[in-house]
Amino acid sequence: MKNSNLDSPDLANSDLVKAESICKNFGDRRVLEDINLSIKPGQIVTLIGPNGAGKTTLVRIILGLIKADSGTILQAPSLNIGYMPQKVHVEPTMPLTVARFLKLANKNSDQNINATLQELNIAHLEKQQLSIISGGELQRVLLARALLRSPQLLVLDEPAQGIDLSGQAELYQLISEISTQKQCGVLMISHDLHLVMSATDEVICLNHHVCCHGKPEHVSTDPAYLDLFGASASQNLAIYTHHHNHEHDITGKIRAPEHD
Amino acid sequence: MIESIAIMLTTDFVIYALVAGIALSVIAGPLGSFIVWRRMSYFGDTLAHSALLGIAIGLITGSNPQLSIIICCLLFAFILTVLNRSSSVSTDTLLGILAHSSLALGIVVLAMADSVRVDLEAYLFGALLTISNADLIWTLAVVLIVSCTLYVFWNDLVSITVHAELAKIEGLNVNRLNLILVMLIALTIAVSMKIVGVLLVTSLLIIPPAAARHLAETPEQMAIKASGIGVLSVVLGLGCAFYFDVPVGPTIVIVATLIFLALYFTQSLRGSNSARG
Repeated sequence: MKNSNLDSPDLANSDLVKAESICKNFGDRRVLEDINLSIKPGQIVTLIGPNGAGKTTLVRIILGLIKADSGTILQAPSLNIGYMPQKVHVEPTMPLTVARFLKLANKNSDQNINATLQELNIAHLEKQQLSIISGGELQRVLLARALLRSPQLLVLDEPAQGIDLSGQAELYQLISEISTQKQCGVLMISHDLHLVMSATDEVICLNHHVCCHGKPEHVSTDPAYLDLFGASASQNLAIYTHHHNHEHDITGKIRAPEHD
Repeated sequence: MIESIAIMLTTDFVIYALVAGIALSVIAGPLGSFIVWRRMSYFGDTLAHSALLGIAIGLITGSNPQLSIIICCLLFAFILTVLNRSSSVSTDTLLGILAHSSLALGIVVLAMADSVRVDLEAYLFGALLTISNADLIWTLAVVLIVSCTLYVFWNDLVSITVHAELAKIEGLNVNRLNLILVMLIALTIAVSMKIVGVLLVTSLLIIPPAAARHLAETPEQMAIKASGIGVLSVVLGLGCAFYFDVPVGPTIVIVATLIFLALYFTQSLRGSNSARG
């Protein structure tokens, strides 16, 4: 496992981060197998897949929080990453206002913090305790903390959890705007392809390996995607399919092709 | 009454006790807050117990007891942090084993070293009124080191406490900061021993922050108010102990507990009132 910040001939000039043949086992269980992906500035890449498919593990490897067993992560030099974790549990024993929480990230000026809070429509939360705001509000606060670092790459682990449907659409819209406006790359994990569709350039359908990937409208009709999520997940079934050469057993392993 | 206060304040050992107690309370506020936030009270207990082993080793080797307590505490803190990072044994169990084995070992070694008469009770429950000139200097030096380090690393330490992964991605060296925090706690516990003793050290660290929790909006407020409550407990505790002629360490802990209870009940009363309204 190399984790290189150096200019590398393997890293295309435009790539912010590039993962090459990433493999990871937890004990005997293979969680990730031969994953490749890359993210460019202004590009939104969405990882979808069932629970336990290795999405969060992959993101943690890309962030450098855990090491892959094999494979390479290449990062653009001095890449500034804004990360929005899946969960933040604030001990009720610690008093912490939203403003103070945001100040932890960097020595941000109050003005910066104010502007970001306004941008995300949560200016009223500034003096609230982090432990009592709602799930949806917390998600926005976490996004604010990620944005305050003026990141080149935003990594979002299920940004819309705990938010009602209309709020989710709004949030994805916001992420899409931010990405265009600030030309930052976005890597996010999501469960619902339909909600992220309009805000995504590339979808990677993950179940321990990359089942299929491409434009969202393409992936939503891909048999591999339908296989994972069931036909009901895709109401707008289109005519196009590609030749699907593998199936999954219950653990997500690839079965040998039955007919070729 | 006034007369006895006047006598108290002109007595050297009372002045020493007051200065040492107040200085320690000032750093115990922020450090204790970390212990509360990170649920490390059992960790503090273990270090305090290991301090007794430090005393025993100091006596046997004839080295400075204060120094051997500090070294022993730092060593234990280091071992615990490293084991905690790598081991699959539950932290709770690990701490339980180390706390009690080091306490037991300390007591047995002290009993065997019968060439020296040791006032075990003084180490278990503290003996603030017997602190010497040298003890005071040790205490003030540690307080100075700890408060400077805390000041420099404060934001980083709060950041890793709130969310270690976020802090790591934002460029902080989480492992190093953890170690710094643990070393500061170990140092503080090592010198606090003289004041409240092995068995009560953790309470001096935990009760003031717990009392300050509901008076605070931010981590900084909680830490500062905890220091204030700690100072108040030491001053009142020392006065009461002197006045009623009872052991100082336990009296300080009782005063701190009473302050905690008073604040807890006024806050929950206010809380239930506002909930109704």
